[in-house]
Amino acid sequence: MIELLASRYTYVLLFVLLGIGIYMVIASENLVKKLIGVNLFQTAIFLFFVSMAYIDADGASAPIVPHHGEPGEVMVASPLPQVIVLTAIVVGIALTAVGLALIIRIYSEYGTLREDTLREVRADE
Amino acid sequence: MNSSLVELLPPLLIVVPILAATLPIALGLWFDRTGWAVAAVTTTGLFAAAASLASVVHADGQVTHALGGYPREYGIELVADQFSMLIALLVTGVATGVLAYTRRGGPRGNTFYTAYLLLVGGLLGISLTGDVFNLFVFLEITSLATYALVAAGDGPESAVAALKYLILGTVAASMYLIGVAFVFMETGTLNMVELAEAIPNADRPLLIRAGFAFIVVGFATKVAQWPLHSWQPSAYQQAPDGATPLIASLVSTASAYAFGRLIVTVFEVDYLAGMSNAAAIVLTVGCVSVLAGTVLAVIQTEVKRMLAYSSVSQFGLVMAAYGVVVAGGSETAFIGAAIHLVGHGILKAGLFLAVAIVATSHGARTVDEYAGLAKRRPVVAGAMAVLLLSLVGVPPAVGFVGKWYIALGAVEAELWPVAAVIFLSTMLTLAYVARLLEKMYFTPTSVVDSPSPSGVATDGGDDSTDPAGTDDGAIETPLAAGVSYDPSGGPGRDGPGRSADPVSTGMVAVVVVAAVVAVALGFAGGAFADFLEPFLTEVFN
Repeated sequence: MIELLASRYTYVLLFVLLGIGIYMVIASENLVKKLIGVNLFQTAIFLFFVSMAYIDADGASAPIVPHHGEPGEVMVASPLPQVIVLTAIVVGIALTAVGLALIIRIYSEYGTLREDTLREVRADE
Repeated sequence: MNSSLVELLPPLLIVVPILAATLPIALGLWFDRTGWAVAAVTTTGLFAAAASLASVVHADGQVTHALGGYPREYGIELVADQFSMLIALLVTGVATGVLAYTRRGGPRGNTFYTAYLLLVGGLLGISLTGDVFNLFVFLEITSLATYALVAAGDGPESAVAALKYLILGTVAASMYLIGVAFVFMETGTLNMVELAEAIPNADRPLLIRAGFAFIVVGFATKVAQWPLHSWQPSAYQQAPDGATPLIASLVSTASAYAFGRLIVTVFEVDYLAGMSNAAAIVLTVGCVSVLAGTVLAVIQTEVKRMLAYSSVSQFGLVMAAYGVVVAGGSETAFIGAAIHLVGHGILKAGLFLAVAIVATSHGARTVDEYAGLAKRRPVVAGAMAVLLLSLVGVPPAVGFVGKWYIALGAVEAELWPVAAVIFLSTMLTLAYVARLLEKMYFTPTSVVDSPSPSGVATDGGDDSTDPAGTDDGAIETPLAAGVSYDPSGGPGRDGPGRSADPVSTGMVAVVVVAAVVAVALGFAGGAFADFLEPFLTEVFN
């Protein structure tokens, strides 16, 4: 167990981050904080992809091939997950932007960022 | 057709709408209303391209295109086979049809058509991609466009609905991404065909199982399965009337298609059948959604919301069919799921278009306000009745064929509870459909207390020409039956200057076409099965 934690501590950290993100989405009444929670949740997955790249190559370096060095001698992490995460990050940024734009509209219409207040305001209408 | 030209069609189907999406905004700098024209030309062209690709796929089998010339081990592959062409045809066909409505009725801004084309591009991407990560990207493109379309509705409520959808939709897509991460971790590939080979040989099946579990949760949310459906009714209700038909008929359909694709192509039925509880979970989610969706639909008073909950149950049926496919290895249930996806897409597009027409011309949005609709708009009411009965599953319409195949598959696999759920849900569907039909055909316009002079209701469309007459409107519409008549939600949206009937012939025609297609496809059940045959023999053997 201890060994597992020592060698795979990144996964533990990432799933803790995942939990914090989803907890913020559920428990926070503030819409902006909710959105940050979603963002945190996504970021944890991105980090999961990045750290996953090192799994079968403990001690591998970043996927940058050094200037000089024998071919086949350098251990690098798999570049594929790191590259596709780049796409996922772009998507995440777009989502955050759209979400914040919606929150601005909600704030200008209802004058609140809190979900409970929002519920009351909408119930009154 | 030239084979290299055919291979170009799949990427063109995705790239053209995304590139065309920039045109309405760019041209909007010089001209006012170019959006509709651009969208019409694009979607019609896409429909023609999809049809010709489908004919090639039908004749010669699947068409693949390796993007950038990279082989599928390294790159992304686009695959057009029978199953994906069905969805591509549905997407392009419905997108073209809904445009006919939005010319007069829908939101007219150029940005609306930008989001419209982006949505179409994303949906075609979902149907044609052969790469699980690429699928995630297209899911998110589709979702982003949908959030924008939902938020385009009038009033602040639509922003709230869109934000709710955004948060749940993003978490769902992230769940799917976690599932992909687990599967990738074990297999080291993202291509669907490569995954299908690698998954049965996995050393650590626990990772695959965890991945599948996350994927199920992700798609259950995207497809709006109970209890993860909560984003869906308000999103459908608050979206602009011209956008709801597109969203309701395509977005969840594409997600359900993607889930089916993962089940049959990536994880493969045999492997999932050996995975403990996989079939049981999918089956349970589907069956519970069928029942919960119909019960929730029965208690709704607003027509748009009622139809939204009905989508929960109809997609539950598709999920249940997938469960039957996994549990019983049933080809029949899979054909049923495919037909039901297409049929439901057409039905919901037609129904939401009809609802939009009624809302535009009469401002009627609740079931009670539909009283006497058959007298005022016989054509729309007739088409709507056909579509509603098809939704229940009255033969020979397409709703029946899908249900029939699914039920047949369940019986063949000896999954009696599923067959019972399908039967029960049909009864419950009839409950809310009959309520609406009864209001439309058998309840006179003046229902409750005030016997208003006849002929008043026929002026519903003209109320918009006379904004001062809203008071009269409130009194003269006892059909509102306690629900306030909201002129701004109805004809007023077109502006007071418009004197003509806000409903054009084209808007009515597209609803009628939807009804005709729904009935015509009912006779094409065998043709569907024949079309899918090569795909099925590949998958189930």
